[in-house]
Amino acid sequence: MSHAFFVAAAYIVSALVLGVLVAWIVGDQAARRRELAALEARGIRRRSAGNGNAGQ
Amino acid sequence: MSESTASSRSLTGLANPTRFVVLADRLVPWFGTAAMVIIAIGLVMGFAAPEDYQQGTTVRIMYIHVPFAWIAMLCYTMMAASAVGSLVWRHPLADVSIKAAAPIGAVFTLLALFTGSIWGKPMWGTWWVWDARLTSVFVLFLMYLGIIALTRALDEPGLSARAAAIVTLVGFINIPIIKFSVDWWNTLHQPASVFRLDGPTIAPVMLWPLLISAAGFTLGFLTLHLMAMRTEILRRRVIAMRRMAAQAAEGDAR
Repeated sequence: MSHAFFVAAAYIVSALVLGVLVAWIVGDQAARRRELAALEARGIRRRSAGNGNAGQ
Repeated sequence: MSESTASSRSLTGLANPTRFVVLADRLVPWFGTAAMVIIAIGLVMGFAAPEDYQQGTTVRIMYIHVPFAWIAMLCYTMMAASAVGSLVWRHPLADVSIKAAAPIGAVFTLLALFTGSIWGKPMWGTWWVWDARLTSVFVLFLMYLGIIALTRALDEPGLSARAAAIVTLVGFINIPIIKFSVDWWNTLHQPASVFRLDGPTIAPVMLWPLLISAAGFTLGFLTLHLMAMRTEILRRRVIAMRRMAAQAAEGDAR
């Protein structure tokens, strides 16, 4: 195998793995936002909502 | 209002999850865009730089391998600082920081191991050796996996947070071992060539792309950490609101 093959493999696999990491973080965030929107649509509010002191 | 009071207030303000989410919303697009531009500049400069006289084109793996390895250690160092914040000051975002950072740190450590291995095969003639540097980084990867498992072991995030903070802090001993492993033991891995008391030993034409690439990946890591922390705060809100809904439903049923 040529040296260029090792360089290309390192870059391509790294890009794919980082792509999966970003997709997972973005997807997780979108799913949580959907869940929050659904709860708020049911009229459920956090105790701290509105006074700027949000709990976790 | 004194200066120290104002500074203390701004710190307290950052500890408020809602304000943190607002800040993250503002910073993430800028940080993310800047990270991609800086990484692109660093890598283009790296590929425009001459090949190494001994390693040939494989030296270009350095422009990603070294930043990944630095971020693997930086991420753990940030987690250890968060563990102090969690155990000493009970900072409300410290647990969130540890839990959000662990998977990102694990990925960067895995990539550092992978790119090092694929660089090692043509240069050393082997994919892997159990020398002190490679082994200590592999231990770091296992520690990340352990912390990921610990932070997700219980449904109630607060309960596993203390155990995760203690394990993170104890595991920090591995970071100086990784850094100095190449000095303390006879390793196949080369010794430090950038952060040395007598200055870098890399030619500037290769050093600059490396530093720019590392700055870009570091900014990218910080962006991902901010995003993951924001998601974790949202996840805890969902849990709290579901609990409130369940309690309200139980109250109605009585």
